[in-house]
Amino acid sequence: MPNILVVAEHFNGQLRKASRSALGAAGALAARTGGQVSGLVVGYRVGGVAEDLAAHGIPVAVVDLPALTHYLSESYAPVVAAAARAAGATWVVGAATAQGKDLLPCVAALMGGVCATDAIAFTGEGQEVLVRRPMWAGNVLADVELRGEIKVVSIRATEFAAAEKAGLPGSVKALPVAVDESAIRTRFIAFAGSGGDRPDLTEARVVISGGRGTNGDFSEIEALADLLNAAIGSSRAAVDAGWAAGDLQVGQTGKVVAPEVYIAAGISGAQQHLAGMKGAKVIIAINTDPEAPIFQVADYGVVGDLFEVLPALRSLVAASQKQGT
Amino acid sequence: MPLKILVTSKRVEDPEALILVKADGSGIETQGLSYRINPFDEIAVEEALRLKEEHGGEVVVASIGAADCVSEIRVALAMGADRGIRVDHEGPLDPGMVAAILQKLVEGEQPDLVILGKQSVDDDQNQVGQILAQRMGWARATFASKEESLESTAEKTRQCGLRLAADGTSIRVVREVDGGLETLELSLPAVITTDLRLNIPRITSVPGIMKARKKPVREIQVEELGIELQPAVIVRKLHSPSKRGGGLRVKTVQELWDKVHGEAGVL
Ligand SMILES: Cc1cc2nc3c(=O)[nH]c(=O)nc-3n(C[C@H](O)[C@H](O)[C@H](O)COP(=O)(O)OP(=O)(O)OC[C@H]3O[C@@H](n4cnc5c(N)ncnc54)[C@H](O)[C@@H]3O)c2cc1C
Ligand SMILES: Nc1ncnc2c1ncn2[C@@H]1O[C@H](COP(=O)(O)O)[C@@H](O)[C@H]1O
Repeated sequence: MPNILVVAEHFNGQLRKASRSALGAAGALAARTGGQVSGLVVGYRVGGVAEDLAAHGIPVAVVDLPALTHYLSESYAPVVAAAARAAGATWVVGAATAQGKDLLPCVAALMGGVCATDAIAFTGEGQEVLVRRPMWAGNVLADVELRGEIKVVSIRATEFAAAEKAGLPGSVKALPVAVDESAIRTRFIAFAGSGGDRPDLTEARVVISGGRGTNGDFSEIEALADLLNAAIGSSRAAVDAGWAAGDLQVGQTGKVVAPEVYIAAGISGAQQHLAGMKGAKVIIAINTDPEAPIFQVADYGVVGDLFEVLPALRSLVAASQKQGT
Repeated sequence: MPLKILVTSKRVEDPEALILVKADGSGIETQGLSYRINPFDEIAVEEALRLKEEHGGEVVVASIGAADCVSEIRVALAMGADRGIRVDHEGPLDPGMVAAILQKLVEGEQPDLVILGKQSVDDDQNQVGQILAQRMGWARATFASKEESLESTAEKTRQCGLRLAADGTSIRVVREVDGGLETLELSLPAVITTDLRLNIPRITSVPGIMKARKKPVREIQVEELGIELQPAVIVRKLHSPSKRGGGLRVKTVQELWDKVHGEAGVL
């Protein structure tokens, strides 16, 4: 039976939401292929994460070692490969986060398998499962066949419904895997977090992004984000200029987001940017240039200066919040 | 400590171009498309050149593809790379095949460092560097960036974002990861893939382009490498994504609010 192993990811001791989507994707895959879905949590002091994952009703293997305190593909890939073998998994699924994109190709290489990045759906007919994935900045969707005993897929979290918690939790079992630290040639030195206490860009209900049009002044974006408990995003131009942190870049080569509302302020709408936010339910664009391509995808476009439009919008939001409507 | 660095350059469609799928889904419309070096590879070449300028050494640029991809090797040579290698290959390639070929080149050339782009902007796989590192069993860091912005003095003075240790046995890499920047130290030899914020690539000069014409580009057939390639990612059909509606203009912020809050019921 082709089993499916879901590699979970955690941040600050919490299971990442994207991993619940990976679990959802694995469920969709299992409905096609049969086989059992199980989970894997790797790290140090990650028992809570494993419990959280198992609460979705799947058996979870956990590898909990001091040597795995910091994620490194060099130390994690062999652990995932060992767990996949132990689970009899022929599919390995994870989220296409920075970590997932780093790790999963290594797992495939180690297992002699094949990997596809950024799956948005499983297609194909009958027994055959094809992976649908974007290419050319999302201008093209490809259905690809993965030819190999072991198939490794990173999934785009915005495209799969997150798995729900189950009535009955699955088991959590420690998997005995040794890590030979002396063989690891990569060392973790430091991590500098960029985030304040705003919601995660990929998980927020509302995202407000600023581009070159902000001219480096994100204060109006921040003020509206405060009011709406929104995440802040950015175009590449604003990140390159140093106005926003690198992990706030939305687009083909940055984050893919699908919030309920996406507000693009001072962003022209290059296809590389659209690739990261076209999936939002409602898109609002604010731009001084009536010809800006962002208006073609925006549900609501305002031709105007973001430094006038955003404060005006903020007053309306504030007034409405006061009235409780 | 002089460094021998292998960099890759892939020929890709101009990222500004709008890519259209053929009606039968068998490929993309290539008529009228222009090509260039994958932007991430340009960043890889730039970083390799800066390392060479600071520490000495050699920069070798490799590309796998049909005869026309020699133009992208020449771009890297015009930027300042020393010599090129083209592995002749017609037809589709997947990340595993590219990594298998690169592994053979790496075994032959024995560089201290391989720098690749994090992603090809055509197939958007983001895999080759990871697979190569795993196959070699080398230290690796994907998504190399730097702490300073691209408008900083560090960038204006063309400082290396990758920092070689004084004894030349390891290199520090700042990576763009979810939630911030991570610093890793890699024992050499190592594989590194570039993100957008590592540097701003230099523009090729006319003398650079002239010089590049005389630089050697070796041509290798896959058979000479003693490997058999089996495609494992088979593109079966291409589709155009569904177009998003939109395009509605509102005249005032009040009208925006009425529509967004009142009608759509959001915010
Ligand atoms: C390999 C590669 C990868 C890339 N990946 C990404 C990616 O992942 N994400 C991404 O975003 N980009 C990416 N890009 C870059 C992309 O092509 C664009 O260059 C970028 O998105 C432009 O950013 P921008 O819209 O902020 O700037 P611009 O295109 O300069 O647009 C600024 C806009 O602001 C408007 N404006 C100016 N002043 C005001 C004002 N006061 N009020 C309102 N509007 C104003 C202007 O009319 C203009 O439309 C990539 C490019 C390449 C080559
Ligand atoms: N045909 C090729 N020739 C040379 N380098 C390549 C080729 N394909 C991919 N690469 C390299 O691998 C990196 C990652 O590509 P990918 O995994 O396909 O997204 C690219 O930035 C290139 O540096």
